[in-house]
Amino acid sequence: MRAPSSELPVVLDRVSFRAGETTILDRLSLTLAPGAPTVIVGPNGSGKTTLLRLCMGLIAPTEGGIAWGGRSQATMARRAIVFQRPVMLRRSTAANVAYALAKANVTGSARRDRVDELLAQVGLSDLAQRPARQLSVGEAQRLALARALARDPELLLLDEPTASLDPASTRRVEEIILMAAQSGIKIVMASHDLGQVRRIAGEVVFLARGALCEQSSAGDFLNCPKTPEAAAFLRGDLVI
Amino acid sequence: MTGHPTLAAIVGLSLTISLTASLIAAVVGMPLGALLALTRFPGRAALVVLVNATMGLPPVVVGLAVYLLLSRSGPLGSMGILFTPTAMIVAQTILVVPIIAALTRQTVEDLWSDYRDELNAMEVGPAGRVATLLWDARYSLLTALLAGFGRAIAEVGAVMIVGGNIDGFTRTMTTSIALETSKGDLPLAMQLGLVLICIVLAINAAAWAARLWSERQAG
Amino acid sequence: MQNRFLSLALGLGLGIVALAAPATAQEKSIVVASTTSTQDSGLFGYLLPLFKARTGIDVKVIAQGTGQALDTARRGDADVVFVHAKAQEEKFMAEGFGVKRFDVMYNDFVLIGPASDPAGIKGSKDVSTALKAIQAKAAPFISRGDKSGTHFAELALWKDAGIDIAASKGPWYREIGQGMGAALNTANAMNGYVLSDRGTWLSFKNRGDLVIAVEGDRRMFNQYGVILVNPEKFPSVKKDLGQAFVDWLISLEGQGVIANYKIDGQQLFFPNAERKAS
Repeated sequence: MRAPSSELPVVLDRVSFRAGETTILDRLSLTLAPGAPTVIVGPNGSGKTTLLRLCMGLIAPTEGGIAWGGRSQATMARRAIVFQRPVMLRRSTAANVAYALAKANVTGSARRDRVDELLAQVGLSDLAQRPARQLSVGEAQRLALARALARDPELLLLDEPTASLDPASTRRVEEIILMAAQSGIKIVMASHDLGQVRRIAGEVVFLARGALCEQSSAGDFLNCPKTPEAAAFLRGDLVI
Repeated sequence: MTGHPTLAAIVGLSLTISLTASLIAAVVGMPLGALLALTRFPGRAALVVLVNATMGLPPVVVGLAVYLLLSRSGPLGSMGILFTPTAMIVAQTILVVPIIAALTRQTVEDLWSDYRDELNAMEVGPAGRVATLLWDARYSLLTALLAGFGRAIAEVGAVMIVGGNIDGFTRTMTTSIALETSKGDLPLAMQLGLVLICIVLAINAAAWAARLWSERQAG
Repeated sequence: MQNRFLSLALGLGLGIVALAAPATAQEKSIVVASTTSTQDSGLFGYLLPLFKARTGIDVKVIAQGTGQALDTARRGDADVVFVHAKAQEEKFMAEGFGVKRFDVMYNDFVLIGPASDPAGIKGSKDVSTALKAIQAKAAPFISRGDKSGTHFAELALWKDAGIDIAASKGPWYREIGQGMGAALNTANAMNGYVLSDRGTWLSFKNRGDLVIAVEGDRRMFNQYGVILVNPEKFPSVKKDLGQAFVDWLISLEGQGVIANYKIDGQQLFFPNAERKAS
């Protein structure tokens, strides 16, 4: 059983993010509470990636504030993120995981053991010595997950992790995510795939045009959306 | 050629000077290149342009400048290293540092644009970034080192001026070739040239083999 | 971590430099600034091992043009100068850069030219007439143009022939600013005339069509002098070792060695140091 989280809840207070002339997020207020996975959905350009980066602390809001567990702290030690297109270090698969562990201050024989555990957890034990740049897209995604889990995060952010994967790989990745959720890690994941929302989400956050449109339990969102934009999205219409 | 130094001694001197200069230049130039790639400060663009431009420093000009510094009438004359292999190493190091720094900067910049998100997400600090980027880019950096070495072993202007081409002491392959050419012994000069080219080829082949072996080890 | 890396790198760098630097203080050696023609003649290769066997002193020769050699000494970068341009040497002495000048030996210059002899001077013993002919026929002539002893000798010969070469040179007169070997190479390539010291000519291997056109004129004799650089100007001058070299050159033994140096059985240099009253 995990100790009480210091990262959660993640509270965004009227956060805006502008890049040059473009406003990507517009006075967004959002609370991400501990518990079941939260899936962020919305059309392209709605600001999902930016939101995840803000929650990781990689970028700072142009306006407004973010707090993790009540603190607007500098360190990201208990958070991890898996990018949409993860970059493999020019080393072996195992060395990639070892690197992540080293940066999370895990040393010595504990590190070696943990590398083996994590590779087993994501199903890459056989590929431990393969150069990571030679992994397939699905294998690379699982390695990115292993690197993220190596940080022993309380909060795991994922940006459309299965967007470019075939169904078999997608299932493997979703299994790992669900196991992580079950072990007490808060999952916040952007997704395009409504089926995935159904399979994974406890809660859905729907973004449109850089603003929070709707936030409700998965069941409520999928079956009785409250806003016209959400309804249009669920029907498959373009939400502009 | 005079009977004194054997061909082996001349080759040995050339290799010692140029390898030493290249290694020192790497120790100076690689961190410098990495810092240029990773940091932002006012005047950075000008410094990058300067480093790139000094890759083309004429060796004879560097030789002249170092000579004036090390001459007995110059500021560093009391070191007494003019007309010695040490002065030649100094001059060649100056020639090679810009090459290694510029190529390192470009390599590290390219790799950093690849790695930036991931390393930031792991909260890797400045020292860690430099170490990680230099290590992961090591094969490109080896090429940079070979480029620097190639420049050093091939040049004659700098070592001629600061070394004095002293028979048996500061005569290298390139200064020997220059000397034999000026004496009219063109066949000998050409033979020396071919020996030099073969040696450089051998060194590059060895570097390639070392890389293949190391890749196989790393898996 | 970065600090440790930097100090390791600095230590490594200094260590390498120290290793590569020769053991200076212990070594008995001097730097002699001399000329490319003396070096190219092979004299040093013959003479210096004998000197080292006799005294244990390593002589490091920097071979440049006479003007450059004297300038090197003026900067204090040589212990002894050994060149062949008396007027320049006396100026050097007058400026206070030398201790004392000694005559050592002489060799001669020869006027080299193409076998086809466009100026029609081959076999002449009169260098003035020959030079006048070259100018009159605008035959190609290569000048060292590098302030060397040979260059100064060439200029003196034009002056002797009554020709103001600076004023009357045309495209036939090519100044290349390089050493004797390069000048001979160029003369070969351009079928031109060039003044050379006999020593370099005898050892020169790229003759092509070149032959000796004029020799034996007394005006073409070339006097060598040796001077110890003044330690009062430059305390770093190794005056004892340098003086040992000067003394040996003008001693009976040194003069004998000079006379013994031959190429193809021909003596190149004629010792003429003043015999000291004993």
